[in-house]
Amino acid sequence: MDHNKQQDTAHAPAQRKEMTRRQFLSYTLGGAGAFMAGGAILPMIRFAVDPILQKKEKGNFVKVIEESKVTSEPTEVKFKVHQVDGWYESDPKLSAWIAKGDDGKIFALSPVCKHLGCTVSWAAESPTEYHCPCHGARYTKDGKTLAVAPKSLDEYEVKLDNGWVYLGPIEPNTRA
Amino acid sequence: MFKSMYNWIDERLDITPMWRDIADHEVPEHVNPAHHFSAFVYCFGGLTFFITVIQILSGMFLTMYYVPDIINAYYSVDYLQHQVAFGAIVRGMHHWGASLVIVMMFLHTLRVFFTGSYKAPREMNWIVGMLIFFVMLGLGFTGYLLPWDNKAYYATKVGLEIAGSVPYLGDYIKELMNGGTIVGAQTLTRFFAIHVFFLPGALLALLAGHFIMIRKQGISGPL
Ligand code: HEM
Ligand code: FES
Repeated sequence: MDHNKQQDTAHAPAQRKEMTRRQFLSYTLGGAGAFMAGGAILPMIRFAVDPILQKKEKGNFVKVIEESKVTSEPTEVKFKVHQVDGWYESDPKLSAWIAKGDDGKIFALSPVCKHLGCTVSWAAESPTEYHCPCHGARYTKDGKTLAVAPKSLDEYEVKLDNGWVYLGPIEPNTRA
Repeated sequence: MFKSMYNWIDERLDITPMWRDIADHEVPEHVNPAHHFSAFVYCFGGLTFFITVIQILSGMFLTMYYVPDIINAYYSVDYLQHQVAFGAIVRGMHHWGASLVIVMMFLHTLRVFFTGSYKAPREMNWIVGMLIFFVMLGLGFTGYLLPWDNKAYYATKVGLEIAGSVPYLGDYIKELMNGGTIVGAQTLTRFFAIHVFFLPGALLALLAGHFIMIRKQGISGPL
């Protein structure tokens, strides 16, 4: 063994399989730091996303109008539903446009525009169409989309009982 | 008297180099409107910052009267606008400033674009600028709901439907921003928190980055 090489091995750090002191410290400090940061942040994240994870209630059927009063001309009916919005409970009025279709069946359309959610209403004068004030969407009497909106108006599920019309959960349009 | 107060503090904390470092710089000729009038385009960044400061100050004062509650929000804005002295002015500053800040930001961006100031080594500042742009849009969107009138309600409904149209994730994003399934009490408190704490915090951090980078790299050279 020549002189130089001998010197080198004498000064080179001992090759060990274990982790170095530096590695050990950075792992433990890093781990403890991550644990502490996580402990502070996770509760806040869970707190912020809570509304997504809460159970949603299914709507019940609500009695809205006598069957005999429904004509082929769409009429707006308003009905109260119970609504829980966090700490704020209220009974807001929803509305539906009810009509008898050409097939003689009673159906009820939701007035929430399928473009971006404004409120549509039926224009009694020509053109006899549903019209949205926000960006000019138009729909036929059956709720079929004519302009602007990508989909047709939603329907309320309809149940007839003892001469009365009941409205239930909202479903995609079945008539267009 | 101010001189001696300044000296008293300066002896203890040596503050002169600090403000010198921030403020004591020559303005290069090509950005000085006194030399070339067309150099006024270099003012738009500073004007954007000026209006941002007005937004933050007027916003802080608005919160002295405003409540983010669906029953009282509208009445609190109505009250501060019509009953409080200078209410129309302070709300007006915030209302018009919100639009003006976007205009100034746009003009500033045009200046940076047409002077090529986004090129190396200033690419990162263009990116930070874009982040500032989105934070500003967020401030405008969340602030617009706060008066809780019909315009606010439907604008937010439409905005959230647009967020909901994102492929796959849309419904989750919408519900998260909504704080539930409807635009209601929880939406208003959420938007308020985002408007007055989260986004201004992010904005100040980004502005700090923006300005530190400008100091480090200097203003870009003449065309
Ligand atoms: C640079 C950023 C900001 C922008 C672009 C901005 C934008 C807006 C907009 C568009 C409105 C609706 C104004 C109206 O309806 O007339 C608003 C309302 C409001 N903002 Fe800001 N805002 C900013 C910063 C802040 C800050 C920092 C605070 C508070 C610390 C604040 C507090 C408020 C309050 C309390 C309202 C409701 C009162 C009202 O509608 O007049 N804003 N903001
Ligand atoms: S929301 Fe009805 S047309 Fe846009």
